[in-house]
Amino acid sequence: MVRIKKRKRAFVDQKTCVACGCCVKVCPLQAISVVNGIVAQIDQKRCVCCGKCAQECPASVIEIREVEE
Amino acid sequence: MKKHWYDYLWIASLLYLLLGFFNILFAWLGLLCFFIPLAISLVKGTKSYCNKYCGRGQLFGLIGGRFGLSRKKNIPNWMKSRAFRYGFLIFFFAMFFLMLWNTYLVFAGAQDLKQIVTLLWTFKLPWNWAYHGTLIHNGVAQFAFGFYSVMLTSTILGFVTMVLFKPRSWCVYCPMGTMTQLICKAKIGTNNRR
Repeated sequence: MVRIKKRKRAFVDQKTCVACGCCVKVCPLQAISVVNGIVAQIDQKRCVCCGKCAQECPASVIEIREVEE
Repeated sequence: MKKHWYDYLWIASLLYLLLGFFNILFAWLGLLCFFIPLAISLVKGTKSYCNKYCGRGQLFGLIGGRFGLSRKKNIPNWMKSRAFRYGFLIFFFAMFFLMLWNTYLVFAGAQDLKQIVTLLWTFKLPWNWAYHGTLIHNGVAQFAFGFYSVMLTSTILGFVTMVLFKPRSWCVYCPMGTMTQLICKAKIGTNNRR
């Protein structure tokens, strides 16, 4: 039987992100950057899914989802 | 997290609002909040102003976040829609140009100086106690009254949405934020076409 490993990940809704950078400020691992002033991008290798960015985002466009690895 | 000098720019924003109660001519300083983000987005193609230097955002973050004056609820979907954000940007600038027109009329001598601050584009408050004359022209003061009205109105709107939703909800529909994001998008578009 193959066991599917699941891991939580943070995702940014790129269509509605306003690129304010609030998430960048609260990320304890500096895993978020605002690319070209358009949208926030999360470095999935660094992200530990603490959820601080999702909590802070004024537009609530960051979602924590469980994904299969 | 390490604090930088720009993390304290909320003090400048607060000071700006307070100074307008003592001498309206300080309102001119608010132009910095217009030109700096525009210059950064036009030259560097980033939203560094919103991301780092916006004192108003920091102020809302502080009052709503640390002081807990916010319900921390999600902002309604319609408020983060492009239609609302772009619509608000157009409305805000239409009101801004109306204010510039009124300033022009005073400069041209077609209208007298009105020592009032208009809140939410509707409520006219007497503000003569913050005006002590100007050496240059009454139009200079008229612009200060008009610009301070814009700044105070947007602060009030930001404050209301801070209480109702998340602390920095203003950032979602801030006209300067929307405009700088549009500039950044346009810049990327032109760079890609080259």
